[in-house]
Amino acid sequence: MSGFITGAGNYLPILMEGVVLTLVVTLFSVVLSTVLGFAWAIMMWSRIPLLAGFARTFITVIRGIPIIVQLFYIYFVMPDIGLNLTAVQAGIIGLGIAYSAYQAENFRAGIEAIDRGQIEAAHSIGMTDGLVMRRVIMPQAVRIVLPPFGNTIIMMLKDSSLVSTITVAELTRQGQLIAASTFDNMTVFTLVALIYLALSLPLTFLTRHLERRYSQS
Amino acid sequence: MISVQDIRKSFGTFEVIKGVSFEVDKGEVVCIIGPSGSGKSTILRCINGLETYDSGAITVEGTKVDPADRSIAKLRTQVSMVFQRFNLFPHRSAIENVMEGPVYVKGMKRAEARDLAASLLEKVGLAGKYDSFPGQLSGGQQHRVAIARALAMQPRAILFDEPTSALDPELVGEVLSVMRDVAAEGMTMVVVTHEMGFARAVADRVLFLESGTIVEQGPPQDILRNPQHPRTQDFLHRVIHPMD
Repeated sequence: MSGFITGAGNYLPILMEGVVLTLVVTLFSVVLSTVLGFAWAIMMWSRIPLLAGFARTFITVIRGIPIIVQLFYIYFVMPDIGLNLTAVQAGIIGLGIAYSAYQAENFRAGIEAIDRGQIEAAHSIGMTDGLVMRRVIMPQAVRIVLPPFGNTIIMMLKDSSLVSTITVAELTRQGQLIAASTFDNMTVFTLVALIYLALSLPLTFLTRHLERRYSQS
Repeated sequence: MISVQDIRKSFGTFEVIKGVSFEVDKGEVVCIIGPSGSGKSTILRCINGLETYDSGAITVEGTKVDPADRSIAKLRTQVSMVFQRFNLFPHRSAIENVMEGPVYVKGMKRAEARDLAASLLEKVGLAGKYDSFPGQLSGGQQHRVAIARALAMQPRAILFDEPTSALDPELVGEVLSVMRDVAAEGMTMVVVTHEMGFARAVADRVLFLESGTIVEQGPPQDILRNPQHPRTQDFLHRVIHPMD
């Protein structure tokens, strides 16, 4: 136990550098996946065959490929066609695109949960599609979408560890490096696990709170 | 002001409207009656551009109703619709439901829209219910909010799609009396209804529709009291004496 505490004192400063990158990758990939996912959902909702077909195909392809392979593709293959990204950029883009497929399904479910009659009523008082989306669909869909959105953020936080495979020195990668040089696997990976848990618990509680709040009404 | 000329529409291979023509003059109340599946609601939805039609033409004050054209949104501000299932916005209070169109479609100032909405809710007998949400209102009350919402657009005409068929019988009267008041103020109305009493009292003209064609039309006293066509006679008999 005392070995764990002294070890923790030595390793934590280095692991915290990893935490910063973990949070950066998570935050930006959440934003990217949300924006992209919303775009796919709108394209599918538009019922314009070309847009809807593109979105659906994109989602199917993305969901059928492991995230780690997508990351390798963006980081190792893209330079061959002249697109050089830093590891962090590649990680954010890869994770953001991969998760946009799941976000899109979530958003689509929220949009489609709104009764068609309301949309017709909104049209019948002269609202355009944009206004219908903003005034009728979005305010109601947000309540439906928020709890699963919280779960997605938790999953993205944990899956940000995948970018360690393309050399991003985030939490998991820092842990691996320390463990490899100190052989203190027990202390290092216990710390890494505890830090992930500490980061995700507030999100878990927030999601549960949202679920309870919105299931009442 | 509303002109329907020989419109046809099919769902797949099934032709629901087989060449229907009629005109509605300004201030006129036209009731469309007929068995379910006869195409009554579909015609109404075509007039509001919620449904496309395959051939023929619908014009409102000379402007063609084309659901695919940008002009449709503007046209809908002139022809409002009240739905069978009311279709209020459940996340907004009664008064917000009524204000929504004036504020966001017509760009009216909120204070002004609020005054307008309050006066309309008062008119439909809901003066104390401004801040109630649709879920807290009875079916009849929700329906009257929906009528106020349609009136708030200050439309040239209002279309009513089976306005009472989703209501409990004891709530039908309150909705019909509001509609009668609206008609008395000279509003142009097209009403798809099963309420023969309402048609008799308020309609200027009744159209009997069956299998996508107008079988018979005329003043309510002629159509409802003394129908000429055997199919109209049969339908009215079944509506008035359902147990026979």
